[in-house]
Amino acid sequence: MSVFPFSAIVGQQEMKLALLVAAVDARIGGVMIFGDRGTGKSTAARALAATLPTIRVVDGCRFNCEPEHRDDCPDPCTNKRVRKMAVPFVDLPLGSTEDRVLGTLDLERALANGEKKFETGLLAKAHRGFLYIDEINLLEDHVVDLLLDVAASGENLVERDGLSIRHPARFVLIGSGNPEEGELRPQLLDRFGLSVEVRTPEKIDDRVEIMKRCDAQEQNAQKFAEKWKGEDAKVLRQIARAKKAIGSIKTSAKVLRDTAEICKAVGADGLRGELTLMRGARALAALEGDKVVTRDHLKQMAPLALRHRLRRDVLDETGSTVRIERALEELFG
Amino acid sequence: MKSRPDSGTALADHLLAARLFSCNPSSFGGICLRGTGPVRDALVAALQAALSSQKPVIKIPINVDADRLLGGVDLTATLEIGRTVRRDGLLDQMAQGVVIIPMGERMTDDIAAHIAQAMDITNLAVILLDDSPDADEVPPSVLLERMAFHCDLSAARDLKCTFQAGSFVANAKIKPLRKKQRSAIAATASALGVYSIRPLVFAERAARYHAAIAGRSVTSDADIEAAIRLVLAPLATQIPDFEKPSAEPPKQNSENQSEDRSDSDEDKQMPADIPFEDILLEAAAAAIPPKILDQIKGKDRLTGKGQAGRSGQKQKSAKRGRPRGSRPGVPGNGKKLALIDSLRAAAPWQNIRRLDAKADDQRIVHVRKSDLRVRHFEEQRETLTIFAVDASGSSALSRLAEAKGAIELMLAEAYIKRSQVALIAFRQTDASILLPPTRSLTRARRALTALPGGGGTPIAAGLIAAQRLADAAVKHGQTPTIALLTDGKANVMLDGTANRKGANEEMLAAAKAIAVSGIQSIVIDISPRPRPEAAELAETLRGRYLPLPRAGSKALVEAIETVGAEG
Repeated sequence: MSVFPFSAIVGQQEMKLALLVAAVDARIGGVMIFGDRGTGKSTAARALAATLPTIRVVDGCRFNCEPEHRDDCPDPCTNKRVRKMAVPFVDLPLGSTEDRVLGTLDLERALANGEKKFETGLLAKAHRGFLYIDEINLLEDHVVDLLLDVAASGENLVERDGLSIRHPARFVLIGSGNPEEGELRPQLLDRFGLSVEVRTPEKIDDRVEIMKRCDAQEQNAQKFAEKWKGEDAKVLRQIARAKKAIGSIKTSAKVLRDTAEICKAVGADGLRGELTLMRGARALAALEGDKVVTRDHLKQMAPLALRHRLRRDVLDETGSTVRIERALEELFG
Repeated sequence: MKSRPDSGTALADHLLAARLFSCNPSSFGGICLRGTGPVRDALVAALQAALSSQKPVIKIPINVDADRLLGGVDLTATLEIGRTVRRDGLLDQMAQGVVIIPMGERMTDDIAAHIAQAMDITNLAVILLDDSPDADEVPPSVLLERMAFHCDLSAARDLKCTFQAGSFVANAKIKPLRKKQRSAIAATASALGVYSIRPLVFAERAARYHAAIAGRSVTSDADIEAAIRLVLAPLATQIPDFEKPSAEPPKQNSENQSEDRSDSDEDKQMPADIPFEDILLEAAAAAIPPKILDQIKGKDRLTGKGQAGRSGQKQKSAKRGRPRGSRPGVPGNGKKLALIDSLRAAAPWQNIRRLDAKADDQRIVHVRKSDLRVRHFEEQRETLTIFAVDASGSSALSRLAEAKGAIELMLAEAYIKRSQVALIAFRQTDASILLPPTRSLTRARRALTALPGGGGTPIAAGLIAAQRLADAAVKHGQTPTIALLTDGKANVMLDGTANRKGANEEMLAAAKAIAVSGIQSIVIDISPRPRPEAAELAETLRGRYLPLPRAGSKALVEAIETVGAEG
């Protein structure tokens, strides 16, 4: 199947923004997308992965090692040849077992040759790319725990089946789910950097535009990709520029203070909210080509960085987004 | 509004859907055929025959294990021969092909997820057979969502129907839809409450293939109408409102609609469209299958988007949960090999086996099938608390608030305790499921705010509804507990007539049925002063009786949790 171009996705600005921010600064740690089926969640994630430039890896390495950082590789990673590969996009299906996710002892080698060898799992495959989990709220809790832990530490530790292996696993975790079908535990939600809520576009014009583009892609995927190539290249340049610039972006004490105040006002637990909001605002500034982080950046990122961290109040009907907007209004007018 | 189509024209539509599907299965994702019966079997056989000339078509059992789907090492063969025997995954073999899934409603979510992924990535098409007699069980929504056609053949009787297979036509031969036609499809979808984007795309394709079948190269209004009838109508979640916007239509549905209209008016300025859209809407409304229509009219919360109750936490001790050591067995079917234990079991025999082996046997380790150990897990069973609340005039009004509070409190803890909550209310003449089993606070809150009160007390109806839910929960591996909140004074019979004595007898009969099935229950007497009726009911249920003249929500939660924990 050919991938839908990222820039051809109609609407869904917030989701696209969250994905871009996560692509610019991987430390933000994962994007959670809430929304109904058929809103283009996986399409967007897949599209972004396909847009990104190819990465350089050691040829034949099972862990997608960077040629410059081959010391971390558990295999003897000595191949001098370097090849280019597309940014990996791993789709983790519901019902995946721990073995499949983490990796496990290579059965065939063990049985046939009596050799102890590690068979890589999905985490190794996703290294330096994206790991997408549809319906993460239906995934087994212990698998979600594992994933979030690895996503946060950037390293997969395997201590089982008589194996003791560690390998780098840095990826952008993208989870999606429909809150109507069950909730994610709050302590897990908190580990996601950003969260967005997507809805199907309701305006007839948008829906018609989507039909048109889907059709054009089905008719001739190549031609369609060609048509959007320019736009996608722009996105690509934007990300590359932002990645470069992010180190030199200034965050004033005043902005930091604002960040803390927002988090306090909405009652977001823990420090993660503040850190993510600050990083997110910085990545946003970088994406927009600004040199300093401003209050506007904060305001734009606050709902994404905080809405899933608010303490749930069983009796309060107000949605989290509204609560954040209200707090922003009160603080900054 | 047109009259409901008789089974004849409905069947013709299903045949047409199957024909369109057969033109290009991967473009349509799949077709879901509901209802057991000779007509469906004949249709499946014909579809299979027609498709297998162009693509691989196989039938997969619903208990297919994930290893077989995804491929991997064939362990038994590997051990026998002494070198690795791999087998391809079914899904890889079937790329661009068609799989037939019988009894789709029993398919587990994890298998469904793998198939859905293959549909997305390798253009796998699916013919899903749904054998469930009622709406208790539905095929996994990840699959349904990705299929263009949903046909209910349970009413089809005409055996003489003839299925005509479509032939593959390059989609490009048919001109793209005009903007006006696309907006007509989009507007109709909104009016029917179809929000996902996928059906829109499917409808467009259906319209084109419909034109192709008729030998046209440009889609006409008839093609659009057919596409809407075949693709959108079966997905309807609301009945379109036919009143003109000027006639001040009620509430939100029509709000959408009038908005839609003004949108489309603005961009096209062609008032001539409105009649066309109305025609489409009428066609769509007439084609909404009767079953769905009933659900929309009656308990709309059950149908909503994405049948929530079926979350993924089933009970499979061979697959997941906390590890609990290993036991002899052959892996596969979800059972995982416990490698170290297997090797340990084989170790003492190595010398003997090496002596036994043929000279050319190069194996370092000799493992036999009898050495194999599989991992064993223990999983906590998920609990489901079914609240059956008496919402009649006699007891309800003061008590409903407490019941609501209790349910919200339980739900707030639900994600920690892995439990689900369902809510049934009975009043006037029947019982309705206000909240199908869920862990979702969002849904619960919505259902609770809508909980009505007043009217007679049909306890038997409430008990029957509760038992049905409980049975379904047991099938899904959950442990249900029924919490009945009532004063025990039934006064409405199952058929809706007011008759205190008859109603009481029916209530006790229903209670006996629950007692026999072994489902845990608790009766919470919510009358101002405890009465013998409720105690008797609890006794018949073999459940606990708890008079709570002035119970708060917290006390209720505690009482129910003790019963659940005992079970």
